[in-house]
Amino acid sequence: MKPVYFLPAIGFVIVVIYLVKGLELAQERAPSFIPSVLINTPVTNFNLDAISGQQRGLSYSDLIGKVSIVNVFASWCEACKFEHKMLMRIKTNGRIPIYGINWKEKDRSSGPAWLRRYGNPYRLIGDDPNSVGAIAFGVTKAPESFVIDRKGFIRLKRTGPITPEYWENKMLPTIERLINQ
Amino acid sequence: MLVEIGHFALVLALSMSFVQGTLPIIGAHYNKQSWMALARPTALLQLMLILISFVALTIAFLGSDFSLKIVVNNSHTLKPLLYKISGVWGNHEGSMLLWVLILAIYGGAIATWGKNLRPALRARVLSIQGLLGFGFMLFILFTSNPFDRISPAPINGQDLNPLLQDPGLAFHPPLLYLGYVGLSTTFSFAVAALIEGKVDPVWARWVRPWALVAWGFLTSGIVLGSWWAYYELGWGGWWFWDPVENASFMPWLAATALLHSAIVLEKRDTLKSWTVFLAIIAFALSILGTFIVRSGVITSVHAFASDPGRGVFILALLVITIGTAFVLFGWRAPLLKGSNLFQPISREGGLLINNFLLTVASASILLGTLYPLFIDVLELGKISVGAPYFNAVFVPLMTPMILIMGLAPFMTWKRADILVGMSKLKIAGILSILVFIGVWFIKDKATVLASFGIGVSAWLFLATLSELKNRINLFGIPFKESINKLLRQPRGSWGMTLAHSGLAIAVAGMTASSAWKVESIQNMNTGNSINVAGYEFKLEDVRQVRGPNYLATRGIFAVSKHNSNKIIMKPEKRIYAVSQQPTTEAAIEPTLLGDLYIVIGDKNKDGSYITRIYFNPLVPWMWFGAILMVLGSIVSLTDRRYRIGAPSSRKMLRQSTSDPVESINT
Amino acid sequence: MKPKNKRLSLIVATMTALAASVALILVAFEDNVVFFYSPSDLLKKRPGPTQKLRIGGLVKKDSIKREPGVTEVSFEVTDLNNSVPVVFNGILPDLFREEQGVVAEGRYREQLFYATQILAKHDEQYMPPEVAESLKKSGKWKGPVELEK
Repeated sequence: MKPVYFLPAIGFVIVVIYLVKGLELAQERAPSFIPSVLINTPVTNFNLDAISGQQRGLSYSDLIGKVSIVNVFASWCEACKFEHKMLMRIKTNGRIPIYGINWKEKDRSSGPAWLRRYGNPYRLIGDDPNSVGAIAFGVTKAPESFVIDRKGFIRLKRTGPITPEYWENKMLPTIERLINQ
Repeated sequence: MLVEIGHFALVLALSMSFVQGTLPIIGAHYNKQSWMALARPTALLQLMLILISFVALTIAFLGSDFSLKIVVNNSHTLKPLLYKISGVWGNHEGSMLLWVLILAIYGGAIATWGKNLRPALRARVLSIQGLLGFGFMLFILFTSNPFDRISPAPINGQDLNPLLQDPGLAFHPPLLYLGYVGLSTTFSFAVAALIEGKVDPVWARWVRPWALVAWGFLTSGIVLGSWWAYYELGWGGWWFWDPVENASFMPWLAATALLHSAIVLEKRDTLKSWTVFLAIIAFALSILGTFIVRSGVITSVHAFASDPGRGVFILALLVITIGTAFVLFGWRAPLLKGSNLFQPISREGGLLINNFLLTVASASILLGTLYPLFIDVLELGKISVGAPYFNAVFVPLMTPMILIMGLAPFMTWKRADILVGMSKLKIAGILSILVFIGVWFIKDKATVLASFGIGVSAWLFLATLSELKNRINLFGIPFKESINKLLRQPRGSWGMTLAHSGLAIAVAGMTASSAWKVESIQNMNTGNSINVAGYEFKLEDVRQVRGPNYLATRGIFAVSKHNSNKIIMKPEKRIYAVSQQPTTEAAIEPTLLGDLYIVIGDKNKDGSYITRIYFNPLVPWMWFGAILMVLGSIVSLTDRRYRIGAPSSRKMLRQSTSDPVESINT
Repeated sequence: MKPKNKRLSLIVATMTALAASVALILVAFEDNVVFFYSPSDLLKKRPGPTQKLRIGGLVKKDSIKREPGVTEVSFEVTDLNNSVPVVFNGILPDLFREEQGVVAEGRYREQLFYATQILAKHDEQYMPPEVAESLKKSGKWKGPVELEK
């Protein structure tokens, strides 16, 4: 046996060690991994106007006293269309109210048009053209959903559409736990 | 339904690859003919199953089946047909399926054309291919399944990233994968040879065509990617030394070295463990490249949708395949003793030096690419290593390589007289020095280095032609006989002449376009004109146009030189409807001496537009040279010596020693 | 030459070649490695005017300025604690936008960053890791909308 022939293997091991370390770093830094600073903090006070065709807007006081879902949606967001059926299912299920934040619509009529076309899963909707509501929740992109407890604390954050799996495995258990508290 | 068939076929292919990966190799060990015989049918069956799976996915894309997650995320009903198809591999999951399809195609090709391989070697090679397929299919099924459903199905999809909606990029990944994965064949041959503890010229003769196929595809893939970056990114550059580009360039350098060391092994029965080492390294760099691109470990502007989670699996595959191969190498390579010695000054010597330079170049790129990671892991800060580093290392390494490339074909095997070779290259040498000095004097702004670069490329071109002239003994014997000799040249020699002269032309293009680029940025109103590199560019009009799935601002430029005929050039800035993402479409007009290149930018408040106009000298030469190189690999492949059965090694050796000017035959 | 001497000279030649290549690589690293700074780092460490470096952060809202008639553009890069004014002459990448992550390469002279190159990624939903890192360090990361306060 000649040790010199094992040099490639040794070099390879060294490179792999760095790659593993690098992968750990990359995992920590991946944007989805940036922890939401707002989890387990109370929602700050906000007050949003109604979108056209609706009576009331959405404000901080609407969220207090019950467990609820706040969902950020927009007509320009493709993934929201896809999430919409799931929201309708949650609405029919009836256990928990969904509040909507209609975020950054360029044309103020497109939000209402969207609801007329696909159905309205929300109990109340706030119009949020200037990201006031989005800032209160630390929204990065749409769709995004939050589970809020009775005291108005954010307990769960979902970036991206609520899929049936996510609903079954994560969201519903969290909601049930909060309701039973 | 079709989706289920595709999914099921993939699962079947996985089990088939397991059979292919185990029984034949065990059979080869215990010399069981019936087990070894399983290798070919399983390889072909596996290919068929993956093909079914791939076709099923393609049909799902064509029919915009939005119950599939992958289709939702990467397709849209408005998308043109070509991009519906390229959408199949324009994402992680689909591209991995393409990857295993190509792996299976190579396996099937070895099974089909490898009839006269030694049965034990064939069984081992195909088994190793099967194991590679098994690993990658596990990866797909467990972490990146393209057949994942989404429920409820949305009405329309999210569209493919508009930058990827481009004919150049539609075919870039398949070609690149044909190259990357092609190196799995030489890897399998190398590992099989290590298991057998035997490497001989016959083995090298078998490896060469596969290395050649992979090299040809890799070359075209890299060039296509570079061409895309050139016209789509609108920066006027064609190579940025970005980690993603380096990821494809490193295996290319290793494959080039492998191609040439296999020649030495075939002709001279030496450099055995070196050739095996290169075969392992080339494939290792391919997987490493995939890892770099997909894991997000290294920051790159070009990487799409990277995900550290996938990185874990690719890294595991890298460790298992390449780690095993290197351990096997350490253990078995000492058995591979070359039988022939040679002097440092000989054709082997020349090829070895160039092998060394290529390997060092590849290692330096690897180091430069991974260096930011090393520093980061050691918490020494955040750095980036850019083009200046790579140019500073690469150019000094490649210059002697090209000089030797011109000389080596004139050297004899075993022992050469360097003076004899030089004397045959007197004219080429003098002419290229004249070119060097001439360029330096004529061209204003010419630096010594750039002029020298042109001189070096002239040297390679002229030396390659001299070699051809020498081979057919032009002017030494009657002209007619020379022509006859020319027509009887083996295809392999033609391949070398094409590839080497292609590189020479490409080097001229690279040097000139880096050194003498003319760039001009300005605000232009309609009716304004500007002079760049002797051409007059007049902005005649700016229009809004509607494409199939985008809106574009299109500038209409009239370009003329000395009041000659006007050319109309139309650069665009597009906004894609679904994603609202803008892209730049440069307008390019190639001329013999360079490309005219216009980019139109944003509209200013006063109604003018920012425009950027380039003259990129000799860029068309680069593409032309690259085409010649690929052509060289194709011509070589048709050499009849690859089609007939492997000859006995002794006969071949005698031939090569008695015929000192026989070419290198790439 | 005797075989033994020949072998020795071959080893010496190989070693020399290897040493030369290593030296080449080291020198190239020495001259061409570019350090990455966040705007806060930049203000703290004050690198020399000739040192090439990269800065990263978000493009500050309403900071992009373009004078009519010139192609030069200026904007500010921020990590939400500090921001650095940047000037650049050229066409910005397609995905350069306010409140999006950006990396600029260039030199820092007299409180101004002269960029020679602006990098923004091809992918929309992208945050360069360095930028994410510097935002996390500044302790203010809540997403791009945070900037609108």
